[in-house]
Amino acid sequence: MKLIYEQSSAGRRGVRIPASDVPAAGFLPPELLRTDSAELPEVSELDTVRHFTNLSRRNYSVDTHFYPLGSCTMKYNVKAVENAATLFADEHPLLPLLPGGLAHAQGSLGLLHGLGTALAEITGMDEVTTQPLAGAHGEMTGIMLIAAYHRAKGNKKRYVVVPDSSHGTNPASAAMVGYEIITVPTAPYGDMDLELFKAAMSDQVAAVMMTCPNTLGLFNPHIREICDIAHSYDALCYYDGANLNAIMGKVRPGDVGFDVIHLNLHKTFGTPHGGGGPGAGPVGVKSALIPFLPTPRIVKNGDDYVLETDNPRSIGRTANFFGNFGVMVKAYAYILLLGREGLIRVSEQAVLNANYIMAKLKGHYDIPYDFTCMHECVLSASRQVKQGVHALDIAKFLIDKGYHPPTIYFPLIVKDAIMIEPTETESRETMDAFIEVMIQAAELAESDPAAFASFPATMPVSRLDETRAARSQNVCFVGC
Amino acid sequence: METYFTKEHEWVRIEEGVAVVGISDYAAHLLGDITFVELPSLGKVVKQFQQFAAIESVKAASDIYAPLSGKVVQVNDAVEERPETVNESPEESAWIVRVEPSNLDELQELMTRAQYEEFLRGLE
Repeated sequence: MKLIYEQSSAGRRGVRIPASDVPAAGFLPPELLRTDSAELPEVSELDTVRHFTNLSRRNYSVDTHFYPLGSCTMKYNVKAVENAATLFADEHPLLPLLPGGLAHAQGSLGLLHGLGTALAEITGMDEVTTQPLAGAHGEMTGIMLIAAYHRAKGNKKRYVVVPDSSHGTNPASAAMVGYEIITVPTAPYGDMDLELFKAAMSDQVAAVMMTCPNTLGLFNPHIREICDIAHSYDALCYYDGANLNAIMGKVRPGDVGFDVIHLNLHKTFGTPHGGGGPGAGPVGVKSALIPFLPTPRIVKNGDDYVLETDNPRSIGRTANFFGNFGVMVKAYAYILLLGREGLIRVSEQAVLNANYIMAKLKGHYDIPYDFTCMHECVLSASRQVKQGVHALDIAKFLIDKGYHPPTIYFPLIVKDAIMIEPTETESRETMDAFIEVMIQAAELAESDPAAFASFPATMPVSRLDETRAARSQNVCFVGC
Repeated sequence: METYFTKEHEWVRIEEGVAVVGISDYAAHLLGDITFVELPSLGKVVKQFQQFAAIESVKAASDIYAPLSGKVVQVNDAVEERPETVNESPEESAWIVRVEPSNLDELQELMTRAQYEEFLRGLE
């Protein structure tokens, strides 16, 4: 397929705009005036439409195929939720800040307040800010809140403790805020080693960051004990909400002892994966941390929603306006659409689906942490590696068979990991078809391992040289 | 000259009083094709078992931990320019940094090559 620039033909136009009859000279300083015409592709309207339509048909998405990308929770985005977001498209984000504007923004502020209240109820927190613009931004906000809490108490803290199975953003966020990281290894039972955790704890620890269920898809049975131990050192407990999709209506992190939580709305509340944005990473806290929340806070005063800006202990603003509002509308609509019973069923079905796939593939792949899993399961291709077939090779085979591969080589603590997360929205028939292809891959690894070198064979590009792509990067298009 | 190893798969060798540090053959093999090495700045003070550099491969990004405390006196620019040298010669030409060690007693916290090989057998 040619690039749109390669289709360019001198003088060809989609739309011909009449020549300007207003002389540009005299209005703008000469140094701001263009002397050469812009280097845009010269193509007809039809060629442009065809180009982008054909490009879009090469996209792979949940709307077209099964997408079992572990840790990412590629759940289907309900279309009704998209419609809800368009209802607010005309609202200007500055409206509530203008004189007299507050009265006209009651619906939007009420929605943000309602979403925060619903998320607080689901997670067992006392208040939620919807400002942070993404999960990692929420993490950093959460750690800043923890730092503000310790500063206000006069605590001198240096360390943040994370398990070695944590998402890389956990230690990164803590380090950004200025903490040093203590990493605790995983025990053979698949969770942070409790004894090593106890040894790592001291009065110098500001917080413990946990993902539960963790990246192996396992729920930590010691989670309450871990929180109690942390609190005995006046360390706060941070819950990474990346895997909340497994436990809605079953466990509330706040009830277990967590003090701060961030949520990735796209991983649990049906908003689109933004391809880097716009996202949303609301942060929930227990009451002791409310004074430090980002400003302004949206509070309910009688029947009215007002903006509370006099928060001297606040960490300040973390985003312009009120965060990515459209994402909030979608998440709130999703919560209202499903209701309490619906959200509980989401989690139950997500867990059931993951266990179904794990049980069916157990005889064909190694399962290094072989326990009942939550919303995702982690296989290892270690058996196939002995034949020279790695997780990457199996992933390429799946591409040929029409599946987006599962996450591979993560979590790092599993050799040649294949991490599968079907989510709640897939039917048994879809999963059976996927399982069949996974079994085919395992059988082919035994009978003809050399065949994997040629996959994928059905794609616009075949096996890419990932090493060369990473070592000698050239990200600029050189004009033709 | 004896080479010592950490559980995080770094090696260190004392050459004329200076500690030469790199990652083990096992680590380089496990990481696969290495694409990027982030070196510390000269003069950086490192502490034993604390992260001081990072390495990326097509599979993963990993931290590199200091086998000994001390001050970075030289960095190997060649591994930054040609990360593949870490795959080619992890325990010889692809050393990462040279550190002026502050306490050679710390070597007792490390494994000898024989102990490290025993440790690796336990990982399989």
